[in-house]
Amino acid sequence: MTGGRAPWVLLGPACLAGALALLPLGYLAVRALERGPGFAWSVVTTEGTAQLMGRSLALALAVVLACLILGISLAWLTVRTALPGVRAWAVAATLPLAVPSYVAAFAWLSAVPGLAGFTGSAVALTLVSYPYVYLPVAAALRGLDPAHEEAARSLGLGPVATFARVVLPHLRPAAAGGGLLVALYVLSDFGAVSLMRYDTFTRGIYVSYQASFDRTPAAALSVVLVLMTVGLVALETRTRGRRRHARTGSGTARPPVPVPLGRMTAPALAWCGAAVSAAVVFPLATLAYWLLTGQRSTWDLPRLAETAGATLGAAAAGALLTTALALPVGVVAARYRGRAAELLEQAAYAGHALPGITVALALVFFAVRYVHPIYQELPLLVCAYAVLFLPIAVTATRAAVLQSPPVLEDVARSLGHRPLRVLRTITVPLAAPGVAAGAALTFVVCMKELPATLLLRPTGMDTLATRLWTETGVGAYADAAPYAAVLILLAAVPSYLLGRHRT
Amino acid sequence: MTELRIEGLTKAYGPDATVLDGLDLTVPAGSLAAVLGPSGCGKTTLLRVIAGFLRADAGTVTVGDRLLAGPGTHVPPERRRIGIVPQEGALFPHLSVARNVAFGVADRAARRRRAAAMLDLVGLAGYGDRMPHELSGGQQQRVALARALAPEPALVLLDEPFNALDSALRAGVRADIRAALRATGATAVLVTHDQQEALSTADLVAVVRDGRIAQCGPPHEVYTRPADPWVAGFVGDAVLLPAHAAAGTATTALGSVELRTPAAVPEGTVILRPEQLRLTEPGGTGDTGGTVHGATVTDVRYYGHDAMVTVVADGVDTPVDIRVAGHSPFRPGDRAGVQVTGRAGFHPGRP
Repeated sequence: MTGGRAPWVLLGPACLAGALALLPLGYLAVRALERGPGFAWSVVTTEGTAQLMGRSLALALAVVLACLILGISLAWLTVRTALPGVRAWAVAATLPLAVPSYVAAFAWLSAVPGLAGFTGSAVALTLVSYPYVYLPVAAALRGLDPAHEEAARSLGLGPVATFARVVLPHLRPAAAGGGLLVALYVLSDFGAVSLMRYDTFTRGIYVSYQASFDRTPAAALSVVLVLMTVGLVALETRTRGRRRHARTGSGTARPPVPVPLGRMTAPALAWCGAAVSAAVVFPLATLAYWLLTGQRSTWDLPRLAETAGATLGAAAAGALLTTALALPVGVVAARYRGRAAELLEQAAYAGHALPGITVALALVFFAVRYVHPIYQELPLLVCAYAVLFLPIAVTATRAAVLQSPPVLEDVARSLGHRPLRVLRTITVPLAAPGVAAGAALTFVVCMKELPATLLLRPTGMDTLATRLWTETGVGAYADAAPYAAVLILLAAVPSYLLGRHRT
Repeated sequence: MTELRIEGLTKAYGPDATVLDGLDLTVPAGSLAAVLGPSGCGKTTLLRVIAGFLRADAGTVTVGDRLLAGPGTHVPPERRRIGIVPQEGALFPHLSVARNVAFGVADRAARRRRAAAMLDLVGLAGYGDRMPHELSGGQQQRVALARALAPEPALVLLDEPFNALDSALRAGVRADIRAALRATGATAVLVTHDQQEALSTADLVAVVRDGRIAQCGPPHEVYTRPADPWVAGFVGDAVLLPAHAAAGTATTALGSVELRTPAAVPEGTVILRPEQLRLTEPGGTGDTGGTVHGATVTDVRYYGHDAMVTVVADGVDTPVDIRVAGHSPFRPGDRAGVQVTGRAGFHPGRP
């Protein structure tokens, strides 16, 4: 099954998924230009918009710089040095990936209310997003052949000069790719900046949408934000492409001798300890504090259970739809080459570049005008989840299908089975574990989703994330804590299963 | 019992990438043909075109009286009734051995019985409940054959099926597979780059070069009467000597050699096999009484069952390989005599 055109039984549903993924992008543009390009331009060029853009970019720049320092230093310490307990530190350094930005914001805001604003946003976002730099840099360090460094040392360079002139250039593509992902995360983030009351694009769009009946300004602002994030994704894709070339020939490199830290051991341990404490221990400790402080009598247990149930239901529906849509796209991307397959895969990845708030806004506009019955109903929210998280499910499906050799499908066809039957009896059963893992991951991210859920949830329905956001927003930290705790516990189950699946 | 007939088959991946170039091949019903060629000669493409995974640009593929590929015709793989045995077996890892074998049997009621019969045929009766990863490489390969044979295909294609097996196992699995194919009377095409395998396994050897059949015939014919020096060198070790021919005899640096067929042109190349040369004591007359030519031994390689002695004959620039049975008393630097036995092929043009 190499080359050739995909059969219609695959291509049809895959095109449907691609169209759904592109719908928000297209419709956003239509709405923004509805009152003429002149009006959209006047919204975009107001002083307020320029301020929003300046604030968004300033925050992104600060967070990226902090993440680079934190991520690269932790990667070097955990991969290349004789740091005591190095394996535990390596695991701990990736844990913040599981902390939603609004939980970090809740922790810092409830402990140090004075942080609200730029500082608080920057601290919270840095501590949840530095693993995006840490992970690729650590991988690049592991792939770096120590022979290069030995050659540099033998040519007369000291350890610091070797790090600067040999190691750092090798890490640059990985660090740049990670930095761009962090910038994307910051520009798309709604939870942390809205709780910290720092006006960025996402918060500006939300406020503009809530404040006025005229929704064209919100749409115009969304288009600007999407243009910024799409630009970042394009840059990130380019650095990724180059990184692949840079990595050739390092497959069986000798493991490097860990650098002894000597007198620097204590400061290094303190640095790692501070990072992990701030990013993981502190939010958990704050949460525990508020759980213990809040009187048990004030806990509204029936409401908590109802919210948890609603969250699970919506996330399950989201994971189900996303996985179903991702299946044909993933199979086509894994098994067929050509223009159509390529376009389809790229369309499915659109959600990667779209901030949740813009997807939600586009679907609101679309539903209000064309499918009013589902406006503020569950199906619309589930569709938003599918658009946002299709990339996760497609990546998982594609990798799972690639695991089994295409010759198995050739054999099945030569034994008299038609393409659809081969898909059912061979391709899908073999890919099932990987697809299920992708579904579990999608389930977790659906549960944690905030901005689209805020805008699209049915009237009267709350998820754990929206309750946490609302309570924190009015300073009711003790009331917010139970929702955060349940959210972390529920998200931990599939995450734990995923971890076991990988090993 | 069905015959495979391929005519004028052409396949190109681009303007300068012609892989099959008007290839013709006929495999008689019930016989096992080996398609032999170096890597990149187009043999895998040929297999995929026959199976229907690739569309030919021109030419026809006919099995029995059924046209499978031709102008305006492309029967999809699932309707061709052609079984394939891929490299390393490619068993479905999520199905038991019995379910692998029964996979292509359309008649539900017959599946169990048919799977058992096929496993019995390949000598794996009772293995039906195992999973593929519980089998050795050779067993997996035999299950793959059973799976291909179960739907009673018109033709079976084997794609270098013994490649992944270690050499000790290879001969046994090869013999088992040949016996199973014989027992069912299936027509089969084996693709390989291993000349030993082709010569020892097949009824018919088709040597492929640059997308065409360079020579096709029974193994002994291809070996003893190669169509040209390239085929001679590819299917075995060859000694090529420039020669001047007159009628049925050619004169070479090693003396005169009798030709199998009279030469049409005077100048050309004589093709001999190393075992046609006999190594004697220097100056001896040899036991057949032919002329003995003086030579110097330059290298001796010992293989156990035989040895290859390289000599430079007096008045000849290129070294010549001679195969001798068992241990050779000669050492590099020794003087020896060389004598040609049997008849030789003659090809116009210099080597």
